Amino acid sequence: MNCKKVILELTSYLDGAIDTSVRIDLEQHLARCTDCRLVVDTTRKTIQIFCNSEPVPLPEDVRNRLHTALLERFRRNSKTI
Amino acid sequence: MGTAPVAIQESSKKSASEGTPQHPIMRAIRRLSTVVKIMVRCQISPVGFPGALLGAKALLSATDPKPLPSTIVREDEGQLVSAAKAGDAAAFEELVNRYERKIFRLGMNITQNKEDAEDVMQEAFLKSFKNLDHFQGDSRFYTWLVRIAVNEALMKLRKRRPNQVSIDEPLTNDEDSVFREIEDWGPSPEQRFAQTELNTILNEVIGDLDPIFRVVFLLRDVEGVSTEETAQILGISVAAVKSRLLRARLRLRQKLNKYFRRSETQ
Repeated sequence: MNCKKVILELTSYLDGAIDTSVRIDLEQHLARCTDCRLVVDTTRKTIQIFCNSEPVPLPEDVRNRLHTALLERFRRNSKTI
Repeated sequence: MGTAPVAIQESSKKSASEGTPQHPIMRAIRRLSTVVKIMVRCQISPVGFPGALLGAKALLSATDPKPLPSTIVREDEGQLVSAAKAGDAAAFEELVNRYERKIFRLGMNITQNKEDAEDVMQEAFLKSFKNLDHFQGDSRFYTWLVRIAVNEALMKLRKRRPNQVSIDEPLTNDEDSVFREIEDWGPSPEQRFAQTELNTILNEVIGDLDPIFRVVFLLRDVEGVSTEETAQILGISVAAVKSRLLRARLRLRQKLNKYFRRSETQ
């Protein structure tokens, strides 16, 4: 496997959605190619950092407006039943 | 507003139809009991749905890569949807309580704007309620809801930048540029930044990403939606999802490189 093929298989590899034989080829390449190893490592960290980032909070006023709008819709709906 | 006001309406109707006048306190207890029964029947936690990202986090912290589990929606979702379709407003409100934070976050991440994110969230829930009868259950309710929210968010972006957002924008070959910037980031590069600074960096790099890549990255890697469901939500092929995800990840890696490379901070 060459470096370009590693990049093409990168997403499948990181998601674990890769054939065993391709994964073995890829990992053999990683064992001897520092550049590809760094690309795989930093891409994995990229995903990790976003996954671990602070969740966007739902402000209370925004939530209240949503529920007020829904309640209004429920009321209108129940009147038409 | 909690679940009580909705439950009150439902129970009031029942009480009237049964013709059994009750003391207000007894009615309140009965209404509360109805809500609790729904929650017990559907195994609902009163605190929404924490830990949606656990699947993705578990994968990423593992030594061996494993498939992303699609565990966003608990098994009782179908029961709630059936109850809501039958006119149970409390059941629909439970769905709202469960997904409102996720839908707002998705709206914020796509539009990068609080007012737009609020509109996206409201429209997504109001439209899903209005069209609940048309929901056939071919996909999960959450997938359907996300689809509505993503469409609303993309419409916001198109209105804001009509000439810059196109779903058919041709893809470029990121593979060739990957090896131009290769540097070690060290074990935990994000820990070199304060939380607020890190948030600013992440918002900036995700905001810079073209929406067609941003949406795929957010659905797959942040929300933990499966490749197949992402394809369904966006109306594109599984191959297109994989291709856009690869490009999104590579571009984000490249953008983060300038902040996280060891030579930058040591």
